[in-house]
Amino acid sequence: MRKLKLLREYLRGSGMTYLLSMLSVLLMTVFSSMVPLVIAFTVDYVIGDKPVELPAALASRIDVASGISTIRNNLWIILAVLVVITLLQGIFMYLKGKCSAVAAQASSKRMREKLYGHLQHLPFDYHVKVQTGDIIQRCTSDIETIQNFISTQSIEALQIILQVIVVLAVMIAMDLKYTLISILLIPIVFVITVRFFINMMKVFVRADEAEGHMTATLQENLAGVRVVKAFGAQNFEMEKFDEKNRTHRDLNMDIVRIMANFYGGTDLMCMLQHALVIAVGTYWVVRGQVTIGTVVAFSSYAGMLVWPLRNLGQMMGFMGQAFVSLGRIQEILDNKPEDYTTGETPPVQGEIVFEDVHFEYEKGKPVLDGVSFRIEKGETVAILGATGAGKSSLVHLLLRLYDYTKGSIRIDGVELKRISRQWIRKHIGIVLQEPFLFSKSIRENIGIGCGQVDEDRILAAARTACVDEAIQEFGMGYDTLVGERGVTLSGGQRQRIAIARTIIRDVPILIFDDSLSAVDAETDARIRRALKERRKNTTTIIISHRITTLAEADKILVLDKGRIIQSGTHEELIKVDGPYRRIWEIQSALGIDVEEATG
Amino acid sequence: MMWKKRQAERCEIVYFEEAEYGKRFDINVVKKLAIFAKPYKKTIIMLMVQMLFLALVDALFPKLSEYAIDHFAVKKSLEGFWAFCLVAVGLVVIQAANVWLMIRNAGTIEYGIPYDMRKGVFKKLQELSISYYDRTPVGWLVSRMTSDINRIGITLSWHVVDFFWSIFLVIIMTVFMLITDVGYALMVLCVVPALVIISMVFQKKILFNYRKVRKYNSQITAAFNEGITGAKTIKTLGIEDDMLAEFEKTTRQMRDFSVRAATVSSIYTPLIILLGSIATGLVLWKGGFEVSRNITSYGTLVLFISYAVQFFEPVKSFARVFTELQYTQAAAERVVTLLETENEIADSREVVARYGNMLESDKSEWPKFHGHIVFRNVTFRYKDGENVLENFNLEVRPGEKIALVGETGSGKTTIVNLACRFYEPTEGSILIDGVDYRERPLLWLYSNIGYVLQEPYLFSGTVKENIAYGRKETTMEDIVRAAKIVNAHDFIMRLEKGYDTQVGERGSRLSTGQKQLISFARAILSDPGMFVLDEATSSVDTETEHLIQDALNRALEGRTSFIIAHRLSTIRSADRILVIDKGRIIEEGTHKELLKKKGYYYRLYTNQLMEEHRQEAFEKAGSR
Repeated sequence: MRKLKLLREYLRGSGMTYLLSMLSVLLMTVFSSMVPLVIAFTVDYVIGDKPVELPAALASRIDVASGISTIRNNLWIILAVLVVITLLQGIFMYLKGKCSAVAAQASSKRMREKLYGHLQHLPFDYHVKVQTGDIIQRCTSDIETIQNFISTQSIEALQIILQVIVVLAVMIAMDLKYTLISILLIPIVFVITVRFFINMMKVFVRADEAEGHMTATLQENLAGVRVVKAFGAQNFEMEKFDEKNRTHRDLNMDIVRIMANFYGGTDLMCMLQHALVIAVGTYWVVRGQVTIGTVVAFSSYAGMLVWPLRNLGQMMGFMGQAFVSLGRIQEILDNKPEDYTTGETPPVQGEIVFEDVHFEYEKGKPVLDGVSFRIEKGETVAILGATGAGKSSLVHLLLRLYDYTKGSIRIDGVELKRISRQWIRKHIGIVLQEPFLFSKSIRENIGIGCGQVDEDRILAAARTACVDEAIQEFGMGYDTLVGERGVTLSGGQRQRIAIARTIIRDVPILIFDDSLSAVDAETDARIRRALKERRKNTTTIIISHRITTLAEADKILVLDKGRIIQSGTHEELIKVDGPYRRIWEIQSALGIDVEEATG
Repeated sequence: MMWKKRQAERCEIVYFEEAEYGKRFDINVVKKLAIFAKPYKKTIIMLMVQMLFLALVDALFPKLSEYAIDHFAVKKSLEGFWAFCLVAVGLVVIQAANVWLMIRNAGTIEYGIPYDMRKGVFKKLQELSISYYDRTPVGWLVSRMTSDINRIGITLSWHVVDFFWSIFLVIIMTVFMLITDVGYALMVLCVVPALVIISMVFQKKILFNYRKVRKYNSQITAAFNEGITGAKTIKTLGIEDDMLAEFEKTTRQMRDFSVRAATVSSIYTPLIILLGSIATGLVLWKGGFEVSRNITSYGTLVLFISYAVQFFEPVKSFARVFTELQYTQAAAERVVTLLETENEIADSREVVARYGNMLESDKSEWPKFHGHIVFRNVTFRYKDGENVLENFNLEVRPGEKIALVGETGSGKTTIVNLACRFYEPTEGSILIDGVDYRERPLLWLYSNIGYVLQEPYLFSGTVKENIAYGRKETTMEDIVRAAKIVNAHDFIMRLEKGYDTQVGERGSRLSTGQKQLISFARAILSDPGMFVLDEATSSVDTETEHLIQDALNRALEGRTSFIIAHRLSTIRSADRILVIDKGRIIEEGTHKELLKKKGYYYRLYTNQLMEEHRQEAFEKAGSR
C-alpha cells in the first residue's frame, strides 16, 4: 500500500493531463472499434440485401430503405465515413500520445528531482556510511524501471484494458455466443504469459549479471594492461575472458530457446483462436446463424483482443519489477533529511570558542572527550595529532556536519546548535584531504557555489592557490574539463583547485583538513603567504603534519585521543618536554644527516 | 515483432559522444564483417528462407478467409469444410513451428557472432602495445566490445529477420493481389508510395529522437553519480540547492525533448492508419458496386480489405531497419578500425620464425636472462611529440640497483617504459645481455620482468589467485613462500579467509599497503631477472612502511632493478642514483656522493625528501 501511495505522489500534479489522456484512449478505442462495424454494415446491408432492423420508434421516423439505397448509389459515402472515423481515431490517438507523454514525463521528472533533492539533504553521516555503488544503482536503474512503468507500461496497459472492454461490449451486443467462442483461448494465453514473465525475471537478471561480469573482466584487463603485459599473462587473460564471454553467450542462448518455446507456443494458441473465429463463423453463416459481415467484423475484433492481451500479460510480468524498484527507492526516501534552514543567521566574524566539547559516533566510544579552546578572530591555528586523534571530527563539528553530544561551541558568542546549518556552511570554507572535483571545466569547478563570478576573481583565487600556472599549461586552460572526458589531475593539483574553490567565497573561517599533503613544502608555504595577503582577518584552522607549517601558526593545538594535550606557540612548545618537541627534534635530526654527508 | 523488445534496449549504452551515423555505404566494412558471419552462413541462409515462408503464410491467411467466404459462406454449403479446417490448422501449426525455429536461429546468430567477435577483438587487444593504451581511453574500448558488438549481433539476426520478412511479405502480397484482381490491387497499391515515404521520414526521425532521449538519460545518470559521490563535498560547500537547480535543468531538457519525441511518434501511427483506411474505403467503394452486381465475390472484397490493412506493418518495419542499418554501419566501422589497428611493438618476422608468436612462444628456445642492460644513443619521442630523451646512454650491470630521481615529466617513466619495451627507442638501441632486444621475443623479456606499479593493481579474485597471477601450475607452498619473503604472509593469515579472501574489484577491500605487499609477492613468484618498481607516493602507516621496505630489500636482492624512487630509505640503499632532468642524467652516484656535490640532488633532498621523512618522524612520535 505504501508503494502505491508513493506512486500516487509521483502522479499527483499531472492529474488533469492523465485524465485527458485516459479520455483520449477511450475515445480512440471507441472509434477504432467502429471501423469493423462500418465494414460489416457495408457487407451485410449495403452490398448484401439484409433488411435493417431498427426499433419501431426509430424506424417510423427514419426512412431506412431509402437511406440504404442512397448509399448504394453513392458508395463514396462509405469511403468518406471511414476516413472521418479514422481521422477522429487518429486525432485522439495523437492526443493520447501527447498527453500521456506530458503527464508521464512530468511525473518522472518530479520523481527524479525529489530523489536527488532528498539525497542532497540527507545528513553527512548518511553519505559517509552508505555504499555509494548501491545508491547509484537505485537512482539509475531502479528509477528507469519505474519511469518505464509510468511512461509506457501503465499507459499501454490501460489502453489495452479499455480496448478489451469496448471491443467486448460491441461483440457481446452483436452476438454473445460468437463472442464466447472468440475469446475461448485468450485467458489461457494471458495466464501463461503473466506467469512465464514473472518466472523469467530471475533468468533475465542472471543474464544481465553475466554481461556485467564479462564487462568487468574486460575493464579490469584493459585498466591493468601493464600488469598483464609485464607478467606475460595474455593467454591467461584470454582464457579468463573467454570463460565469461562463453557464459554470457550460453546463458543468453538458453534464454532464446526458452523464449522460442514461449512465443512458438503462444503464437500457436493465438493463431488457433483466430482460425477458430473464422471457421466457426463460416460454419454459422452456412447455418444462417450469423451474417458474413459479422464474421468479417469478429475476425478483426479477435485480432484486437488476442495480441494486445498477450502484450498485457508480458507487461504485467515486468510490472512486478517496477514494484520491487519502488520499494528500493522508498528505502532511500525513508531516511530523514537534516534540517537545513531553520535556525539563527547571526553575522559570522570568526571568533570560535570550544567549551568542554564531547562527541561520539557510537555510544561509549568518545572521539572528542572534553575539548576546550578559544580562537580569536583572524588567528591562524594549527592542529596536529596522530591518525584517529579526532582532528577531522573536530572541524566537522564546526560545520554542523555532526552535532556535539555535550558541551558548547560558540561562534562569535552564538551557540552553534542555534545557527542554521546552511548559514554556517556558507560562512566556513573547508578543504578536504581528498577533495571531490566535479566533471565540469576547471573554471566552473573554482566558481561553483558562488553563482555568477567574473574571470578576475577566478584567476585571483587560482593564483592564491598557486595552481594558475598548472592550469595555463593544459591545452584549454581554464576551460579544460576535469575527469574522464578531460584531464586527469594529480593529487596536488586537485587539492589546489579545491583550495581555490574554497577561498574564492571569501569566508570568515577557513579550514584545511590536511589538504596540503600532496603539495610540496615550498608550494605549501607560498599558498599560506598568498592567503595571508589576500585577507588579513580570516580565521584559519590548519591540520597538518609539517612542522614548518605548524611553526608559523599563531597557536598550535596537539590533539591526542580526543583531548588537547598541549597548546601554545611554536616557541613556547619547544621549550617544554612533550610530544611537540619530540616531533620537532626528530624532524630536525635530518639536517644533521645532511651536514654529516656534506661536512 | 515483440520478441526483440528486450534486446533493443541493451545496445544503447553510449559511453562517449561520437559520430554514430554511417554516412556512406562502405563495402569494405561488410567484407570484414562477413568473416565473422561465415561460420553462421548456413544459419543465416536458413533464416532468410524461413522468412520467405513466414511471409508466405502471413499472406495466405487472408486467402483462407477469402476461400471460406466464397466457398462456404456465400454458397451456404459445407462441402469440403472439414478439409478446409484441417488445412487452416496445418498452416497455423507450420507458422508456429517456423516462429519457434526462427527465434532459435536468430538467437544463435545474435549471441554466437558477438561471442566470436569479442574473442577476436580481445585477442587483438592483448597484442596491442602499451602505447596504444596510453592513447585510448578504456571506456572507448569497452563501448566497442559491448554496445557496438551487441548492435552488430542484433543487426545480423533480428534486422535480417525484419528486413527479409518485410520485403518478402510486400512482394508476396503484391503478387497475390495482382493475380486476384488488377483493379483492386492498384487501389491498394496507390497508397503505398505515400506509406513508404512517410515511414522513411518518420522512422528516421523517431530513431534519432530515441537515441537522443537515451543520451539525456545517461546525462541524468551521470548527474546522479556525481551528486552521490560528491555528496560530502557538496555539503561542506553548502551548495545542495545549486546542485538541485542544475539537476532540474537536465531533467527539464529530458522532459521537453521526450515530449517532443513522443509527439513525432504519435503523428506517425494515425497517418499510417489513415492511409490504410483510405485504401479500405477505395476497395469498398469499387467493391460495393461490383459485389452487388456479382462482378466481384465477397471473398475478394474481404481479401483486399485485409491486405490494405496488412501493408502497413512490413513497410514500417522496413523503414526502421533501413535506419538502424546506418547506425550499425557506424558501429561496425569502429570495430573494424580497432581490429585493423597496427601494432607498434611486435615481434619481428625473424623472431616469430625462431621462437613462435607472442601468444605461443617456444620457451625452450629462450636464452637465459642475465640482466645486463645498455641504452645506446637512445632518442625517444612519443607520437607527434617532442624528444623526451635525446642521445641517452646508460649501462646497468647485472644485479645493480638503480634509483631514478627527478621531477614529474623529467623522463624517469620513459626510461623505465623503454627498458621494459613498453615503448621502443625512436633512434638508437637497447641491448639486453649484449643483444638488441628487438631481436628477442617480447614474451621472453616480459616474463623476466617483475613489475610493481605505483598504484598496485590487483584483479578481482582471491589473494591466492592474485599472487599466482597468470600461472596455473603454482603450488600453495610457492605462493606462501613468496608471501613470506615479502612479509605479506602474516597479514594475509589475519584476513577472514586467509589466502582465499576475496580482494574485491581492483583490490578495493584491502588497504594500499596490503595491496603493495601482494603485488610484491606476485612479482617475486615469477622469479624475474629484472625488477621495475614505481614507488608509491601515497603515505602508508609506519608499520606497513617498514614491512614494505624490508620486503623491497629482499625482493631486489641480486636482481637488476630500476626504481622510480620517492622514499628516502629506498634511495639510500640504491647502488646508483640517477638524477634525471629534461631527459638527461644531470647527476649520478651514491646518496653520499651526491649530497657532497651540493647540486640538484642536494636541493631536491632538502626541499622534498626531508618533508616525507618529517612525516614519518611525526607518526613515530605521535604513536609513542
